[in-house]
Amino acid sequence: MLEIKNLHARIAEEETEILRGVNLTVNAGEVHAIMGPNGSGKSTLSYILAGKDDYEVTEGEVLFNGENMLDMDPDERAAAGMFLAFQYPIEIPGVATMEFLKTAMNAQRKARGEDVLSIPDFMKRVKAAASHLNVSMDMLKRPLNVGFSGGEKKRAEILQMSLLEPKLCVLDETDSGLDIDALRIVSEGVNKLRGPERAMVVITHYQRLLDHIVPDVVHVLSKGRIVKSGDKDLALELEKNGYADYVDTAA
Amino acid sequence: MPAVQETIEQVKAIDVDQYKYGFVTDIESEKGAKGLSEETIRFLSAKKNEPEWMTEWRLDALRRFQQMEEPDWARVSYPKIDFDDLYYWAAPKSVEGPKSLDEVDPELLATYEKLGIPLAEQEMLAGVEPKNRVAVDAVFDSVSVVTTFKEELKKAGVIFCSISEALREYPDLVKKYLGSVVPVTDNYYATLNSAVFSDGSFVYIPEGVRCPMELSTYFRINEQNTGQFERTLIIAEKGSYVSYLEGCTAPQRDENQLHAAVVELVALDDAEIKYSTVQNWFPGDKEGKGGIYNFVTKRGDCRGKNSKISWTQVETGSAITWKYPSCILRGENSRGEFYSIAVSNGYQQVDSGTKMIHLGKNSSSRIISKGISAGRSQNTYRGLVSAHRKASNARNFTQCDSLLIGQDCGAHTVPYIESKNASAQFEHEATTSKISDDQMFYCLQRGLSEEEAVALIVNGFVKDVIQQLPMEFAVEAQKLISISLEGSVG
Ligand SMILES: Nc1ncnc2c1ncn2[C@@H]1O[C@H](COP(=O)(O)OP(=O)(O)O)[C@@H](O)[C@H]1O
Ligand SMILES: [Mg+2]
Repeated sequence: MLEIKNLHARIAEEETEILRGVNLTVNAGEVHAIMGPNGSGKSTLSYILAGKDDYEVTEGEVLFNGENMLDMDPDERAAAGMFLAFQYPIEIPGVATMEFLKTAMNAQRKARGEDVLSIPDFMKRVKAAASHLNVSMDMLKRPLNVGFSGGEKKRAEILQMSLLEPKLCVLDETDSGLDIDALRIVSEGVNKLRGPERAMVVITHYQRLLDHIVPDVVHVLSKGRIVKSGDKDLALELEKNGYADYVDTAA
Repeated sequence: MPAVQETIEQVKAIDVDQYKYGFVTDIESEKGAKGLSEETIRFLSAKKNEPEWMTEWRLDALRRFQQMEEPDWARVSYPKIDFDDLYYWAAPKSVEGPKSLDEVDPELLATYEKLGIPLAEQEMLAGVEPKNRVAVDAVFDSVSVVTTFKEELKKAGVIFCSISEALREYPDLVKKYLGSVVPVTDNYYATLNSAVFSDGSFVYIPEGVRCPMELSTYFRINEQNTGQFERTLIIAEKGSYVSYLEGCTAPQRDENQLHAAVVELVALDDAEIKYSTVQNWFPGDKEGKGGIYNFVTKRGDCRGKNSKISWTQVETGSAITWKYPSCILRGENSRGEFYSIAVSNGYQQVDSGTKMIHLGKNSSSRIISKGISAGRSQNTYRGLVSAHRKASNARNFTQCDSLLIGQDCGAHTVPYIESKNASAQFEHEATTSKISDDQMFYCLQRGLSEEEAVALIVNGFVKDVIQQLPMEFAVEAQKLISISLEGSVG
């Protein structure tokens, strides 16, 4: 589903490379974890997949279901099924969460040539998804992410993810800022979305998220390169020994 | 929310030049002589069969106008207006005065239909929800062409007609209140208006009556080189209530056109007037050519105790806007409100705001102003809040928010506060923000196009004010705002 080949990238108009030859293949039905020290380029990779124009790809390619994803606009990628759960979700003042959800769902449907949702259909979907994630009606009426706690922001991200039903989910440090209970709720929400048609890339700094969302493959990203890949035990090893070994290898 | 979707459709339907009301109606019209003179005024006054005192009132205003200097304190610039190169009277030939619907020239009815303004009473009567009915006074160039639902309103005791008709039918009422809120010499454009006003609406709500439907006036400038000077007078007697909406459009023309209106509101004890404006005069083309000069004086007098006047405006049109709908809070416990959305794009210049003059004890006021600037436009909020010596416990809350889209526009906030009473409490908050790249990217990542993202973020920004508009117009206003901002990103 996702093929990243020799991806090099830098901040637009700056010299230093942040990604220095990333290779990664994620098939439908798989969950891959990307771990790595702070500043290793994890968020950068997620932003490039989503199409943020602060970054410039200098080499390599990214294929999404065989298509060149780097040529697509961010909204086209979204409609094609690419979803990014942000490390720092953005506030949209004055726009109720509910309103945002509906706008986003219908925007994607229209882009795919589908009918817009009827109000009752939309409400039914939102209510179902919200109850699983412990999101209250009151929260849905509040402006998106404005004054939300860390946990509320992350739950709102996963709520959007469940409603938009993407094919490729990229989760950037979804565990940061969550207490144990919130972590459980959010992980359950994510696990519900696992399925044979869907691929996931779970970015995290800590192993504890992977106790809840058990990955098929774990990669270590360091200084802009994947320096090691393995099964879920690699995460446990990292937890014990830290990233020191890998930082050295990458240097 | 559906407004966002509709907005996009609407935006897409529009071609390069975004102003969809820019068409010209081909109708035979009659014009007075060009130029500003005693003769012009006598002609106009005679055309309208006005009483003698009215003609004198106008002539007095003209003499005073000729002594006045054009003000230059607003943050707007434009070439000098040649008042002798304008027509002060233009009317579709078929119109002698307001008529019943079936007598109105079909060409005119078609024009209003094209503008999306419901003039047909039948159609409206068939509507299931009676609250959706709106009585309309349609003003075309210098005259009112028709006023709907007059009979039904009359049953409730409400007078709703053109000001010309009111001068003939209810001269004493007009004489008592005309110029009592905005004096003849109030300011340059108000004085000009007093001399040459052509038509406008008159509303009288008797004591204790809650007006049974929304009242509204649609102003349309069609003729070339013709100034539009309408005059509106609304009187709410004790314990009455009325909600009134005005809308305006004009054809797309290369030269600038002048619009100088005066609106006077009087609210007596326990009365409430809600006045909403959706102003969409032609703003000029992409290069800043053409467009309406909108120099307007709007003022409400909360004359009675516990009276309330609330101004809500959505300003998207005009090349230049110069207007400050204000409240004189004379009555004890009276309340004034000003909710404003001013959108500027292209080369538009907006200088708008309000004055809240607290004279009565315990009077209170609230100002929420949302300015959105895009393109190369300049958008200024100018406001005055003052408390008189006797205005104990006067309270005001002001919030001015500006949103900038792009690099080449400007937003300015000029608040004046004067308090001569130590117990007055005035609060002022102001913010300036931009639509951030992060917000845009977040929306795009969720599948919104750039246009949809801007519309959504802007709708969120103006929400507090949109909520103040009568339901039927809120959606329309959101659409307008989005249309006005089309092409401001990407
Ligand atoms: N927009 C940006 N401007 C400047 N530097 C950036 C920007 N984004 C990322 N970087 C730099 O790129 C490197 C990788 O950052 P990031 O992708 O956020 O790492 P991680 O998510 O793994 O912590 C860091 O050195 C960071 O400072
Ligand atoms: Mg990060």
